[in-house]
Amino acid sequence: MDYNLLWFVLVGVLFSGYAMLDGFDLGVGTLILGIKDDHERRLFYNAIGPVWDGNEVWLVTGGGALFAAFPAVYATVFSGFYLAFMLLLFALIFRAVAIEFRSKEPWPWWRRWWDRGFFAGSTSAALLIGVAMGNIVWGIPLDSKGEFAGSFPGLLHPYALLMGLTTVALFMMHGAFYLHLKTEGPLQARVREWLNPLIITFIVCYALTTLATLLYVPRMTHILREQPALFAVVVLLVLAIANLPREIHRGRDWAAFLSSCATMLLLMALFGLGMFPHMVYSMPDPAHSLTVYNAASTVKTLKIMTIIAAIGVPVVLTYTVTVYYIFRGKVKLGKDSY
Amino acid sequence: MNVEILSRIQFAFTAAFHYLYPPLTIGLGLLLVMMEGMWLATRNPLYHNMARFWTRMFGLIFGLGVATGIVLEFEFGTNWATYSRFVGDIFGSALAAEGIFAFFLESGFLAILLFGWDKVGPKLHFFATCMVALGAHFSAVWIIVANSWQQTPAGSHLEIGGKAVALGHRFEPADLWQSRMVIDDFWGVVFNPSSMDRLGHTLVAAWSAGAFLVISVAAFYLLRRRHVGFAAASLKFGLVLALASSLLSLVTGHGSAVGVAVNQPSKLAAMEGLWQTGPQAPLHPFGWVDVSNKHTSGPAIPAGLSLLVGGSRDHQVTGLNDIAPDLLPPVQATFQFFHLMVAIGFSLIALSLWGAWLWWRDTLAEPGNLATRWFLRVAVPAVLLPQIANQAGWFTAEIGRQPWIVWGYLRTSEGLSAVVKANQVIASLIGFGLIYLLLFALFLFLLNRKIQHGPEPVEESHELPDGWIRQSRA
Repeated sequence: MDYNLLWFVLVGVLFSGYAMLDGFDLGVGTLILGIKDDHERRLFYNAIGPVWDGNEVWLVTGGGALFAAFPAVYATVFSGFYLAFMLLLFALIFRAVAIEFRSKEPWPWWRRWWDRGFFAGSTSAALLIGVAMGNIVWGIPLDSKGEFAGSFPGLLHPYALLMGLTTVALFMMHGAFYLHLKTEGPLQARVREWLNPLIITFIVCYALTTLATLLYVPRMTHILREQPALFAVVVLLVLAIANLPREIHRGRDWAAFLSSCATMLLLMALFGLGMFPHMVYSMPDPAHSLTVYNAASTVKTLKIMTIIAAIGVPVVLTYTVTVYYIFRGKVKLGKDSY
Repeated sequence: MNVEILSRIQFAFTAAFHYLYPPLTIGLGLLLVMMEGMWLATRNPLYHNMARFWTRMFGLIFGLGVATGIVLEFEFGTNWATYSRFVGDIFGSALAAEGIFAFFLESGFLAILLFGWDKVGPKLHFFATCMVALGAHFSAVWIIVANSWQQTPAGSHLEIGGKAVALGHRFEPADLWQSRMVIDDFWGVVFNPSSMDRLGHTLVAAWSAGAFLVISVAAFYLLRRRHVGFAAASLKFGLVLALASSLLSLVTGHGSAVGVAVNQPSKLAAMEGLWQTGPQAPLHPFGWVDVSNKHTSGPAIPAGLSLLVGGSRDHQVTGLNDIAPDLLPPVQATFQFFHLMVAIGFSLIALSLWGAWLWWRDTLAEPGNLATRWFLRVAVPAVLLPQIANQAGWFTAEIGRQPWIVWGYLRTSEGLSAVVKANQVIASLIGFGLIYLLLFALFLFLLNRKIQHGPEPVEESHELPDGWIRQSRA
């Protein structure tokens, strides 16, 4: 394995970690208006309270790693998707601040507006992330210098929008599984009622996206035809999705949530496999595409970063797991709660 | 307005707004370690109450720092794409190291610091506090390394179309898209000529920001005769850090200026408004630069600058007259921001010494005493001083760096995103303006509410988690 491939995988791991972790707290945001009672809403906020900003660090680190390992990709995508990324930033700021400020005052109007802000910020962040992914899969126009040659409205084509909706559905489902794990009693029963409709919605969206991908973006499946062994990923994905209702039926909250996490990771793995070796696929002229080789930093930098990651990542994983362990169990409101 | 000006305004605005918060969390983080450490050593519930109250402040400030910080990382790519391609091989690894070593540490242990009082024992909680403070300091390390490398590039060379170029050569404009800086030596990048001086100066200035926040709130309580025991103790913690950091600012600031004289002579000349190259260079404590007539008016200490940067009256200092006109930074702005920072730096030392003197006289917590009353009255608004000095310092560093974005290699005007249009930046700038205005108003509102609410009364000591009370009695 060369260093370029290694960093393609590692950047993928960071963004997958982001999708899996921030995915559930964005999902909680999309569901917040589904309940009315203030106490229950606070339980939702505090279910993600201690972990949400740690989850967002995965995006920051993923962005930093992309900048370091593949500067040309970082520069082209971030400047090409300028307005979309600005909207994503506004959405992320808004929801961060909503979590922070919402429960600091008891006034109903104050809390109602922050709840709406939390919902809007979370939902539009999920949608924008999905639309951006949809464009990366579909391909974007690049010129001979690797600069984006399209326009903002051009990014809003049906395939990208479908991917956006699928992402929202995925995060909603994932968030509901997390809430099912963290709540108890009648509130948990309510969340449980949402699970099956959310699973079905996600499956329908995902089936449509898959169909569209097979029809219009066949290059995403080339690698599966060349390396049939990789069909194992598809099989595992189907099993993970099928396992979701089964674990809920058996009443195993933890297994259900882990199954949902596995679904996210396998989706990201399929995305990475389909894209490789491209990082930004150029449409209509594929010769201008950015790949893990022509868009990368020098091997020397990739080696240095491998050392940094080898030291840092095990430590990060250790205390991330520790923090989740310390805050395990059902969420309760206390003096320091949001 | 063109894209360059708009993008510079947007970056300056979002960076300056962000930089209100990290210095507070760096300084306050250190104070939290001192307070909680004191509680562990003495088991006096007063210190626990202090740690508890200032942790709540810390949480509010930290939240805003995170929310506004992510913007900056995005902006390198969105607004400065050419710059990002040019420096990615070097700048990116520092940013990634920042994420892995600093941000994860900070945000992971912050969960325990804020929400873990009932979940973990006192020692583990103290450990988490230390880790949060350490993470805050680490986050300064990597971004300062990256910024310092822009000021004094080292450990790297220019490459055009995949071929190394000899030192001193620049690229032709047509080759910019295939030019980039390439790393030679990681430690050469990390320990570039300016990074350690600037890191030291930035960190001690951040301690001042945290220290004067605590001093200001404590002084407010003392003047109102509220929470007197709590306020007096908080004031002392703040004063210790304020005294240390304001004196260290002088030392590290001097070190930085000497480095600037060697590495960035045009910046030093602009900071001091020095036009004529030569020995016996004068030092202006304040003044006004007349750029069109190439003259700086105001009182001058003869040979002061030569003495300060060279240690001798005969030390030769480069003046602005000997800098090519297209390589001059905006002189007036650099001069005034620099002098503002220095003036505030000295007033912070004076203020800290004044407080220390009152402490020594044992009248620090007696607003009945005239000297104390006036000290406290000055101390309340003094929370703004380190903030203004920090901003002015960064404006000096970054305006004085112009016209370069990477000193000697890439001009700021060359670093823009080729595909981003002025109307897009106007739209995002308006968005940031509105959102940040709202955020700032809410921040001040909630900060004020927390201050008005104050700490919990010590006598009840019900702030102590049940498990800890048992332990502290045992």
